[in-house]
Amino acid sequence: MSLDRSEVENIAMLARLKIEEQDVPHYVDALSSILDLVDEMQAIDTQGVTPLANPLDSVQRLRADEVTEDNQREHFQSIAPATDAGLYLVPKVIE
Amino acid sequence: MSTDTLMNNSTLKQLSEGLARGEYSSVELTEAYLKRIDSTDGDLNAFITVTADQARTQAAAADERRASGQAGPLTGVPIAHKDIFCTQGVRTSCGSKILDNFTAPYESTVTHKLQDAGMVMLGKTNLDEFAMGSSTESSFYGPTRNPWNTEVIPGGSSGGSAAAVASGQAPVATGTDTGGSIRQPAALCNLTGLKPTYGRVSRWGMIAYGSSLDQGGPIARTAEDAALLLNSMAGFDHKDSTSKDIAVPDYTADLDKPLDGLRIGLPKEYFGEGLNSDIAARVQAGVQELEKLGATVKEISLPRTRLSIPAYYIIAPAEASTNLSRFDGVRFGYRCENPTDLLDMYTRTRAEGFGEEVKRRIMVGTYALSAGYYDAYYNKAQQLRRLIKDDFQNAFAEVDVIAGPTTPSPAWKLGAKSNDPVAMYLEDIYTLSVNLAGLPGMSVPCGQVDGLPVGLQLIGNYFAEAQLLNVAHQYQQVTDWHQQTPAFG
Amino acid sequence: MEWETVIGLEVHVQLSTNTKIFSGASTRFGAAPNTQACGIDLGMPGTLPVFNENALRKAVSFGLAIDAEIGRHSAFDRKNYFYPDLPKGYQITQMDHPIVGKGQVEIMMDDGTTKTVGVTRAHLEEDAGKSLHEDFHGMTGIDLNRAGTPLLEIVSEPDIRSAKEAVAYLKKIHSIVTYIGVSDGNMAEGSMRCDANVSVRPKGQQEYGMRCEIKNVNSFRFVEKAINHEVERQIALIEDGGTVVQETRLYDSELDETRSMRSKEVANDYRYFPEPDLLPVEIDESYIEQVRSELPELPDAKRERFHSEYGLSEYDAAVLSSSQDMAHFFEVVARQTGEPKLSANWVMVELAAVLNKTNTPITESPVSATNLAQLIERITDNTISSKMAKTVFEAMVEGQGDPDSIIEAKGLKQVSDTGAIEAMIDDIIASNPDQVEQYRGGKDKLFGFFVGQVMKASKGQANPGVVNDMLKKKL
Repeated sequence: MSLDRSEVENIAMLARLKIEEQDVPHYVDALSSILDLVDEMQAIDTQGVTPLANPLDSVQRLRADEVTEDNQREHFQSIAPATDAGLYLVPKVIE
Repeated sequence: MSTDTLMNNSTLKQLSEGLARGEYSSVELTEAYLKRIDSTDGDLNAFITVTADQARTQAAAADERRASGQAGPLTGVPIAHKDIFCTQGVRTSCGSKILDNFTAPYESTVTHKLQDAGMVMLGKTNLDEFAMGSSTESSFYGPTRNPWNTEVIPGGSSGGSAAAVASGQAPVATGTDTGGSIRQPAALCNLTGLKPTYGRVSRWGMIAYGSSLDQGGPIARTAEDAALLLNSMAGFDHKDSTSKDIAVPDYTADLDKPLDGLRIGLPKEYFGEGLNSDIAARVQAGVQELEKLGATVKEISLPRTRLSIPAYYIIAPAEASTNLSRFDGVRFGYRCENPTDLLDMYTRTRAEGFGEEVKRRIMVGTYALSAGYYDAYYNKAQQLRRLIKDDFQNAFAEVDVIAGPTTPSPAWKLGAKSNDPVAMYLEDIYTLSVNLAGLPGMSVPCGQVDGLPVGLQLIGNYFAEAQLLNVAHQYQQVTDWHQQTPAFG
Repeated sequence: MEWETVIGLEVHVQLSTNTKIFSGASTRFGAAPNTQACGIDLGMPGTLPVFNENALRKAVSFGLAIDAEIGRHSAFDRKNYFYPDLPKGYQITQMDHPIVGKGQVEIMMDDGTTKTVGVTRAHLEEDAGKSLHEDFHGMTGIDLNRAGTPLLEIVSEPDIRSAKEAVAYLKKIHSIVTYIGVSDGNMAEGSMRCDANVSVRPKGQQEYGMRCEIKNVNSFRFVEKAINHEVERQIALIEDGGTVVQETRLYDSELDETRSMRSKEVANDYRYFPEPDLLPVEIDESYIEQVRSELPELPDAKRERFHSEYGLSEYDAAVLSSSQDMAHFFEVVARQTGEPKLSANWVMVELAAVLNKTNTPITESPVSATNLAQLIERITDNTISSKMAKTVFEAMVEGQGDPDSIIEAKGLKQVSDTGAIEAMIDDIIASNPDQVEQYRGGKDKLFGFFVGQVMKASKGQANPGVVNDMLKKKL
């Protein structure tokens, strides 16, 4: 299974990773070789096998609906790249 | 015994007893380890951050605690933490530029528990970036070197923790294991490492790589030390939905149980093509020791072993690709300079903040989950995962413990596989399936090949950590591989 | 050509829990920015979600209220996309195994006709934060207080055929969720939000036309306007020879138009997969039965009861049962007066007019239920006329007191005393001999003149029935 250039560019966009033009062939090769490695699984018949999402087959525990967290805005925002008036700032979002 | 000379071979158990007997204080012990780090880490690069001041404060507090009669077995003993566990007020980098400026605003459950037990944190150890690797070369902070031979890798991703313990920079360390990241570096650094059953140790505050595979555990010199550490690391945590609410036994209680009647299975798939023949011999010799101790050995089959590579290298990157979406430059961590717009901020922050292997895995994972490929990749891999788990369950109907090599080859030269991710992935062949199935697995030293340590892997059934530790401890009573130390430093 | 509109609605209801769906941070509305966003809500590395029991309970409660299948084995998935108000870069939602499966709701139109609208599913998910687009040094501000607030997304079948039906459906959902207390239903605060999938097709055609999703239609009024606008746009487009493109459109309430959301044009690939940080949610029969036992009487049952027990028309019963507060108010009045129809009229006409005008919820009505009942009792016991009751009611709205004291203070008591009325009539007959002559000569219309004179003389307090009878006798 090998990927082409546009597929790699599309994946990079979905993953929000900027890939420099000259690096695209490198990623095409690397991803294609990884996909070659995993492609041997395609030969295995898994019809009717229930996928295993969690190794223990356990069930979700429920949390009581009680407030346990207090305001720690200053604490959290002390490590933020950009804030103002209690808000996180990002480059302008255009709807 | 002076604190300087005890360094290279003291176990947690011995230090605990020495502290209890008042042979030295925690402050003295801590200073000795800090000194050792100071003199050796230039060569090893095992630590990303050394928390000397904090360690001294904690050591003093531990001594006070001992003076007031409140000391437990871990109180005052230094430890190094893999820099994947969030430690409040201390940089938690995960080996990545994207978290280089990240001071964790809270404490992980594991480090919190060990702190509560009175342990002294020496610092945060190096790892493959976001734990994605088997060599500790992909860290933003540079590679860690193996104390047994500084030309070779220490294994990974918990390579910093392994190198620190092997070199006497710390008596014990924490690690995490998603596909072998505790067992493999333990094997390559002549240490005892345990990956507990999925759900045994809380993942709260442990920066996620593959959420359904990740598990924290101890890296130590002996099985007994690993048991002592696991006693404090394990346990239900209401903050982790995947944590299992079952009681934690005293893992030291069964260490001395004889192995009479223990049924050991050797999976034939673990001894086939690809395994270094010297390692095969060392592992076979190790198994013979267990037989002498009363265990019976039979060959078993784990037919889908080979498929653990494709299954793992889809599932782990798929989970990672979305786990790492939160590193977007908005609320914490690195943000690129002067973004022109939002998309530019996202794509440059992430491209500049993540290293090559992380980007590769994010892209593979993104692809495996994308429309039109989900069934062929992600879903297929999760189906294989069930088959792999079934293989183990069939095996555990016949045997109590599965034994085999931890790695197919000893540690390789730095850089030897850096440009060939697939070659690196194949090194994980014997460890991956344990994570896919969620089982506990250990690596114990079983000898050396060309002067480099190799490991015997022991795999147990769910929550059978005590049994694994018992087998490993009994083995270490009749062998001395684990007591050998590198000539380093 | 005649066109048929096909509409499906996706209603997002914020569940009124104390805390977030996956964290212990408060969900209180209106807090200062980011003061109710804990590490989990901020997507801090190493944090993990734990599911809120109350969110589950409320979702199950809704499912039971619409007679839906309850997912015994539901599960959470990640929906991946990057947006600054989505801290983790994915939303935890439910894809393949929603908590609520197929159900249905009955809607009633203004003309009293009813229709069943299918609910495809309802699933739990976490809300995103808010992007504040006011200028912060040329940047956008992000407030994550809302991030992680539990949402129930209720997806309807494409059974809705007009904007009016869409409104009726939305009102019904509103009625149900507020009845059973799973949401405050406050649309102004965003507790209930709606996206509409709209398409048109030539009448009689089987297959659906290409649909557009209209986002951001967050009031009953906007839903109707936005859908009507979109339907007109699509029809005009097709009739001009164009084709409808599947896209997401945003409703702009100020311009009353929908416009394409170009920023969302980048093909979305949400890469759904099972959320590995959460395990499957298993619920058993006893849990479901326990939730069921806690359900109040639901709108449809109440409507049926109002119809059968009080003899109200289906329509009146539907209006009065649409909100639990209104239904309760009505029942207090009806029970006290024993006059359900008259009570219904007063609540639905006079009281509703006052409340609508001042935009006051019935729970804060200036006229209490017991006072309204007392007023109605004064009509039925002939103390005052219906007409005068309206005067009294106005005074009650102005806060002048209870009906009896207002009647007393204003001297509005109806005169039924035949002696007093007889005296007045005698006076009038005596002082209007010409009109008496003409009336007796056959000019029947003049009867009204005499009634008017008596009412005038009594300052309107004479009981009209008594006046009529006596006038007829005397003339």
